[in-house]
Amino acid sequence: MSIEVSDGNESNEVVQLGPITGVMVAIRDIAEALSKYRLAVIFGWQDVAQRYRRSRVGAFWLTLNMAVFIGALGLIFGTLFQSEMRHFLPYVCAGIITWSFISTSVSEGCSTFISSQGIILQVRMPLFTHVMRAMWRNIIIFSHNIIIFPIVAIAMGFQINFNILWSIPGFFLLCVNLTWIMLILATLCARYRDMSQVVANILQVLFYATPIMWMVKALPGHVSHAFIQWNPVYHFLELVRAPLLGAAPTIQDWSVSVAVAVIGWAFAIVFFGRYRWRIAYWL
Amino acid sequence: MGVRYRLLWALSLAHSILVVEMSLIQLKKVSVEFPIYNSSSRSLKNRVLSIATGGKIERRSDGLVIVRGLDNISLTFQDGDRIGLIGHNGSGKTTLLRVLSGIYTPTNGSSVIEGHCVSLININLGIDPDATGRENIRLRSAMMGMHPREITEKFDQIADFSGLGDFLDVPFRTYSSGMQLRLAFATSTAVRPEILIMDEWLSTGDEDFKERANERMRELVNSTQILVLASHSRQLLEKNCNRIVWLEHGRIKMDGIPSEVLPAYFGN
Repeated sequence: MSIEVSDGNESNEVVQLGPITGVMVAIRDIAEALSKYRLAVIFGWQDVAQRYRRSRVGAFWLTLNMAVFIGALGLIFGTLFQSEMRHFLPYVCAGIITWSFISTSVSEGCSTFISSQGIILQVRMPLFTHVMRAMWRNIIIFSHNIIIFPIVAIAMGFQINFNILWSIPGFFLLCVNLTWIMLILATLCARYRDMSQVVANILQVLFYATPIMWMVKALPGHVSHAFIQWNPVYHFLELVRAPLLGAAPTIQDWSVSVAVAVIGWAFAIVFFGRYRWRIAYWL
Repeated sequence: MGVRYRLLWALSLAHSILVVEMSLIQLKKVSVEFPIYNSSSRSLKNRVLSIATGGKIERRSDGLVIVRGLDNISLTFQDGDRIGLIGHNGSGKTTLLRVLSGIYTPTNGSSVIEGHCVSLININLGIDPDATGRENIRLRSAMMGMHPREITEKFDQIADFSGLGDFLDVPFRTYSSGMQLRLAFATSTAVRPEILIMDEWLSTGDEDFKERANERMRELVNSTQILVLASHSRQLLEKNCNRIVWLEHGRIKMDGIPSEVLPAYFGN
C-alpha cells in the first residue's frame, strides 16, 4: 500500500469519473430500503426479542421503569406546581412517553451506522435499512410504553374521547419527521464521533425547554410564548399528546410538522446523496 | 408520460424474461483512497476550532494521512470466470473484495456490478447467540438477502444439512463451537447468488462433516456465474480458479491463467 500525506491541495493528474453523488443516489437507496422493508422489520424485532430472551418480562422492564419514573415525577411536580393530579398525571404520562420515544430515536439515530459497522462493511444493503431498523425498534418499545397511559387515565378517572384517534396519524407524521433527523445524524456521527454528545446535550435542554413537565398555561404572563411556538419539538409532541388528552389537534401543530417534514426530508436527501458513498470509509 | 413509462416498463420486463441475465463486473481505472482519521480529526470540536484559528496549527499537527488501498485497477469479470485473488497481507485484497461487492464506492474511476452478489466473508454475521438454532437460520438467511419465501423453501434442507436435530430448538450459545460452525455454514451455503465473493475457503468440522461440507461448497461454487476467491492456498486456487489476479501495493502485478501466475507468485 502506498501512503502519502496530503499537503492540502488535492490535485489528481488523472481526471476521472469520481463516485456518483446526488439526489438520485439517496432516493435509490431509500427506495431500495423501503422495498426490502422486511430486513429492517426482522432485525428491529430481533433487537426487541433479545430483551425477551434474557428475562420473561422483556421490554416491559423498560415500561415498568417508565411507570415508576412517571409516577414519581408526576407526584413531585404536581405537588410543586399545586396542580390537580387528575389532569396533571395523565398530562405528564402522555408527555414523557412521547418524549422518550422522540429522544431515544434521535439519540439512537446517532449510533445507527456506527453500531451497524459489521454489517455495512460486509453486506451490501441499502444504508437506510439501518435507520428503518432503529425506527422500528423504537416504535415497538413505544407501543409497550403507551400501555401506561390508559392505566393512568382510568386510575385518575380521566375522560378520554374520540379525538384520541387523531394520535394515530399524528404518530405517523412524528415518525416521518424522526426518520429524516435520524438519517442525517447517523451520517454526521459516523464522521464526527463526538457529535452524539452534542446531540445528547441538545436533547437534555429540549426536555426542559419543551412543556413536558410543565404546562403551557403555567407560563407567567410576561413571558412570550414565542419560544414554545418556534420549538418544532413542541409541535411534534402535541401531534400525539394533545389527542391522547382529548383535544383535537390544532392546525398549527399539523402545518408546522408537515412543513418541517417536507423541508427536512428535502435537505436529508440532498445531504445523504452527497455523503452516502463515504459512510463505509468513515466506519 | 404515463404511456411512455408503461412502455419502458413492458420493455424491461420482456428483456428480463427473454434475455438470460448475464452477470458482469467491470472496474475501470478504480482507485480507492482512505483518509486515516486520528481521534482529533474525528472530533467536531477540533474541526470548529481549526476553522476558528485559521486552520494552520491544526493542519500541521494533524496532517491528514491518506492511504491508497487500490491504485488504478481495471478489471472485467464475466460469466464463467473463476477468479483467484492473491497477494501479501496489505496488498489490497480485502479492499478489492469490498469494491467488488459494492460496499466501497471507488474514490476514482468507475465500477459496474451487475448481478446479485453475496460475500461470504464472515459467515456468523446476523447470528444472535441467545436465539435458537431455528431462529438463527432465519436471521442468517435474511442477512444474506434471502426472501422469506425462499427461506421457508430451503429451511428443511438447511436444518437437515446442519445435522443438529433437536439442538435446533435450544439457544445458539449453548452449542459447541463445532456445532455453531455447522449451523452458520449450512445456512450460509444455501444461497445461490450470481456473484459469489469469498475470503478463504469455508471448511469446517470433523472429518465426516468436512467431506460433506466440501461437496456442498463445490455445488455452491459451480452454481454461481462469477466466483471471486481470495486465498493463500495454492492447491485451492489451482482446483477452483481459471484466472488469477495478483495484487501488490494496491496494483495488479499479474493477471492471467493459473499455470502462469501461480508459479510466479508461489515459486515452483
